[in-house]
Amino acid sequence: MIRRLAALGLVLLPGAVVAEPPGERRDELINLVRQDCGSCHGLTMKGGLGPPLLPAALADKDPESLRLVVLNGRRGTPMPPWRDFFTEAEAGWVIELLREGLPDERR
Amino acid sequence: MNDVSLILAAAAMFMAGCAANGALRGTGDLGLVIERGAGRITLIETSGRSALGTVEGLGDLSHAAAVYSRDGRYAFVFGRDGGLSKVDMLRMSVDKRVLQAGNSIGGAISSDGRVIAVANYEPGGVQLFDAATLERLADIPSTYGDGSRRSKVVGIADAPGNRFVFSLFEAGEIWIADASEPRTPKLERFPAIGREPYDGFVTPGGRYYIAGLFGEDGLVLVDLWNTVGGAKRILGGYGRGEEKLPVYKMPHLRGWAIAGDVAVFPAIGRHEVLMVNTATWTEIARVPVHGQPVFAIAQPGGRRVWVNFAFPKNDVVQVIDLPSRTVVRELRPGKAVLHMEFTPRGEQVWISARDDDLVTVYDTASFAPLARIAALKPSGIFLTSRAASTGF
Repeated sequence: MIRRLAALGLVLLPGAVVAEPPGERRDELINLVRQDCGSCHGLTMKGGLGPPLLPAALADKDPESLRLVVLNGRRGTPMPPWRDFFTEAEAGWVIELLREGLPDERR
Repeated sequence: MNDVSLILAAAAMFMAGCAANGALRGTGDLGLVIERGAGRITLIETSGRSALGTVEGLGDLSHAAAVYSRDGRYAFVFGRDGGLSKVDMLRMSVDKRVLQAGNSIGGAISSDGRVIAVANYEPGGVQLFDAATLERLADIPSTYGDGSRRSKVVGIADAPGNRFVFSLFEAGEIWIADASEPRTPKLERFPAIGREPYDGFVTPGGRYYIAGLFGEDGLVLVDLWNTVGGAKRILGGYGRGEEKLPVYKMPHLRGWAIAGDVAVFPAIGRHEVLMVNTATWTEIARVPVHGQPVFAIAQPGGRRVWVNFAFPKNDVVQVIDLPSRTVVRELRPGKAVLHMEFTPRGEQVWISARDDDLVTVYDTASFAPLARIAALKPSGIFLTSRAASTGF
């Protein structure tokens, strides 16, 4: 059911382009991903107790499934749900970001 | 350049020289702060409560940790990228450095000070190094099951008798490596200890190794006086079937508080610390706290335990009074508090706040801030007094 709703949500999104959040929120999200996701996945995203999140590791994975893992966590593993800290759209943007390689907080 | 600025420049050069190789000084009040955002460490001293300088070029320091040579002269810094750096605390420079694995989590130093052990995620296992030269002495792959897979290694700690004790996350095992003959370490394995041990530590004095389980409620204890007795489950099912809360950062067990006959543990997936009788290893009480505890560390002296918390409630430190089992103080040292380190006699505590790029020193009697030191995304703080403690 969740999957079907999400699939529906994807259909409603305009194309595959995920909007970048505004400046301050963008930096906040990148800091959160690098530092707090980095607690388990490594500051450079090369993996730790959690698997690597580098572009090569994510290339053959379905972005929508990844987005749902971020939002809902993964039962039976230490991956918690991050729904309270990312909106659905932000989670999609974070996945795009990771698939391209996480940039620094400030450009 | 006028005369005054020339004199100032000369004075600055002289002072920099002094800090690095000048007048004789001991190392007992020194320490380091990991600046994980910059791949460097800041060296500190706790007598005047100041930063002495920085050492650069230590690689990826996410989840970095350090142990000290027995004379307190050298720090061995373990980086996430598998880097093992030997830092001269007096010269403030990297003495030696090796890249020993792809992905590393921490390490320990043997009781005789001759061997450094590094725990690795990738390739999974433990490597032993000569503490003097960083020459590799042995490789202990963490193979399990049919022997084709290697587990991530967590919770490595030194134990008396030149032993290293560690846990295998995927395998659910505890291993002891006796490094008395470091080129041919002897292994003792404890299989099927429980699901997903995520960290472990050796109790003060070195009698017990305790691992926390993530995959189920409970802890595992190995009596290092009597390893034939095997690994014993303690505090099984402390959650009593309640739904766990999400854990946004794994608790850390090294530095878990043991004060007198009471141990204080962070519960997993609940906003509580558990108080345990160390004679029977049974629960005495649980104290509700602000969030998911990460560190619960006893202030030397033993009466108080300081607790910090996982994201997103990580801007608070709570102080628990053991006799009354209550939170007696709440501090806000800054955003994303990652670590707390006490001076060995407990009169001050150094606390890092990652997202405020700040380390604050508190007086533990008055809770007044005594000093503030800037550091780039500071995480772990390690004082040389660890050199003299088993399990650190």
